[in-house]
Amino acid sequence: MTAETTDDVILRLQDVTKVYAGTVAVKRANFEVRRGAVNVLVGENGAGKSTLMKIIAGVERPTQGKILLDGKEVSFDSSGDAVARGIGMVFQELNLFSNLSVAENIFATREITSGLWKIDHKEQVRRAGEFLDRLEAGIRPDMMVEDLRIGQQQLVEIAKAVSLDARILIMDEPTSALSATEVEILFRVIEDLKARGVAIVYISHRLEELIRIGDTITVLRDGQITGHEGVKNIDTQWIVRQMIGSDAKDFAKPDGHQPGAEVFRAEEISLPRETGGLSVDHVSLSLKAGEILGVYGLMGAGRSELFDCIMGRHSQSTGRIFISGEEVHERDTTRRIRRGLALIPEDRQREGLVSILSVASNLTMASLSRIANFFHISSKAEKQAVEQMVAELAIKVADPAQEVSSLSGGNQQKVVIGKALLTQPKVLLMDEPSRGIDVGAKADVFRTMRKLARDGLGILFATSDLDEVMALSDRIAVMSNGKLTGMFDRAEATEAAIVAASALGHGKASRMAGATTND
Amino acid sequence: MTDTSARTAAAAPTGGSMLLTLMKLRTFIALIAVIVFFSIAAPNFLSTANLILMSKHVALNAFLAMGMTFVIITSGIDLSVGSIVGLCGMVAGYLVLNGIDLQIGYTVYFNVIEIILITLVVGVLIGAVNGILITKLNVAPFIATLGVLYVARGFALLSSGGSTFPNLAGKADLGNTGFGFLGAGRILNIPVSIWILIVVALGAAYLARYTPLGRHIFAVGGNERAARISGVRVDMVKMFVYMFSGFCAAIVGLIISSELMASHPATGESFELNAIAAAVLGGTSMSGGRGTIGGTIIGAFVIGILSDGLVMMGVSSFWQMVIKGLVIIVAVVVDQAQRRLQSRVTLIQMAKIG
Repeated sequence: MTAETTDDVILRLQDVTKVYAGTVAVKRANFEVRRGAVNVLVGENGAGKSTLMKIIAGVERPTQGKILLDGKEVSFDSSGDAVARGIGMVFQELNLFSNLSVAENIFATREITSGLWKIDHKEQVRRAGEFLDRLEAGIRPDMMVEDLRIGQQQLVEIAKAVSLDARILIMDEPTSALSATEVEILFRVIEDLKARGVAIVYISHRLEELIRIGDTITVLRDGQITGHEGVKNIDTQWIVRQMIGSDAKDFAKPDGHQPGAEVFRAEEISLPRETGGLSVDHVSLSLKAGEILGVYGLMGAGRSELFDCIMGRHSQSTGRIFISGEEVHERDTTRRIRRGLALIPEDRQREGLVSILSVASNLTMASLSRIANFFHISSKAEKQAVEQMVAELAIKVADPAQEVSSLSGGNQQKVVIGKALLTQPKVLLMDEPSRGIDVGAKADVFRTMRKLARDGLGILFATSDLDEVMALSDRIAVMSNGKLTGMFDRAEATEAAIVAASALGHGKASRMAGATTND
Repeated sequence: MTDTSARTAAAAPTGGSMLLTLMKLRTFIALIAVIVFFSIAAPNFLSTANLILMSKHVALNAFLAMGMTFVIITSGIDLSVGSIVGLCGMVAGYLVLNGIDLQIGYTVYFNVIEIILITLVVGVLIGAVNGILITKLNVAPFIATLGVLYVARGFALLSSGGSTFPNLAGKADLGNTGFGFLGAGRILNIPVSIWILIVVALGAAYLARYTPLGRHIFAVGGNERAARISGVRVDMVKMFVYMFSGFCAAIVGLIISSELMASHPATGESFELNAIAAAVLGGTSMSGGRGTIGGTIIGAFVIGILSDGLVMMGVSSFWQMVIKGLVIIVAVVVDQAQRRLQSRVTLIQMAKIG
């Protein structure tokens, strides 16, 4: 469908694969970038978009495959290499030096000098001012980056990338922190760049935004490219179909068991934010034994923070929690785990696993005092506990003495779940339990959640995936801006109502709702 | 890039794994190598008398290195052990000679067992100070223990005004004789210090392997955040490792004073560096999470045998330092190469499957 005029293609990825310890992030992807066009890349969380872009920008090297620039094979040793060849990138996570000024940030690593080494600050400020003026955001080049709002920082990041005079400019979710007017400014800048022949690679979750400014669109799912089209030929339906795939997710069916008595209750949980305000704002909820309560919300809605408060990870949090009707006075994680709470954290690598230890050590880490007889860990008892979990959760591992980092993402996640289950919790908090794992493992995780609920565990799980929360939950709680903005029974919940509740108190509410109700 | 990866992958099952095994056994191979080398190059090297003498030398460093191993596994460092050795030696010497003056006309003299216990407690308490600085006051381990290094050394010098406590034989009428047993005594013709080393080493190895605390030490070093979320009491674990390190240093202070029958306040200077070297040589990773007591003991033996053997061969002490330094650097370089090889083999295998 797309015009295959090869001379338009400035950069081409051929059969690129990238493997991280534990996950295959990108699988044999082929991707083309055309000049003078906005090349859109979409996909769900963890589909591998950011990894693919980091490969183009020289931040990561592909494990296998080729990068062709102007038809010639290249390999980037560093992002400096890529910049030298005219590839600039606006990163999703801000890569600014907050202790330096805006101008210094924009010209970091290519400082304008006068004489031999002396940095010409005046000239830098003047030139930075030109770029910033085009963004019309009222940012002065001599301001410190740490004094700017997140949205303004994002614009500085964009100004920095634009100032590179790049031939290829990658934007990874550039609008995620921008207000509506700032988005309009950004789009004008993009049009301008396009007219000058710059190839833009644009990543975003906001579908109607993509349709508006995109020229071609490429869809990524589970690390593989599943569709490539000209934007003229498609609609949001098509994108969603490619993103989710025809093999709709295998959610375990509800088995119709009735939840029991209340096992957990949180009252008025609040957590102050460092920058003022509350990141969790007086949230109260209750959970029955055998019930799965889904907590839905967008990024930054306060889901993870709520879970952290419940686990006692923030000493400055307020509010009360009860387990089986008894108030939990203990404020530290260790003793809350003993009272029957357990958390599956969102960030598996950083908070879930000790990646250099074995599968067995990771599984038993939280429950050693249970397994140990006074202070002696009996190898037999430990082995038994490990084998039980490996069998119960279908963890694919040849030998539990293997390092946990050698497992696939899905199996690593099962190890984290197994670790929590070995503490024999009454309430399980799961933060994005299906993030970054493949379809098969997701189905296993969902089945496990159902089974645990049937066994009488109360499960609280946070997700930003609408399908997931609709299919798995007995009840759905919606959070927005730190507040609980909705509570639905499964029977009465509709996608539209949930999306609307999740957008309360957000500036970009209407646009999000619009995008989701289209399909 | 692609080509090399492909080749490594092909070579992995045979050459790669052979190389990996060799690399993993490197400290052991180094130990055998130095023993074989010196038994040929240095006469009398293998005589019983020499072996026992060397073991006594090695034991001192091995104690410190064991304490250091646990500290390094939690991603910390303990620079204060040398000073604790000096201060604890002085404490023991002071108690033997002067007892404690109660300021009311009485002076309490302790027997040797009590003196040993008090000295050990002093070592543990200094370790606890390190631990509190690091966990409660959030001082970086390097800085905290550097500070304690100076403070402890200063107190050691103050305790005697810089002079030595001589002749610690004790007096029969005060009931504090027998202090020399630790350093000079033998049981079954093996020095007491070696027996103590065996007991402490077995205890430490057991702790590392078979107790929740030992596992938690590794978890804290491997990923402190994950350990905390799993309910590990991170602060307590850290307190313990510094206290254990102080305990080991106190043992060394006692043994040295007992051997010499005198306490000198400068004893133990730069011992911390030898201890770190032994731990690293034995495969303890400075970034935390990895290390074994067995490896550290072997590391201590390699360093000890190397320096004693070179002395026996008449190599100048200046060259000894150069050689010791090179051995440590080579050990760490091989260690890094092993990690890289290992992770590459795993990744390539996963790319193939995935």
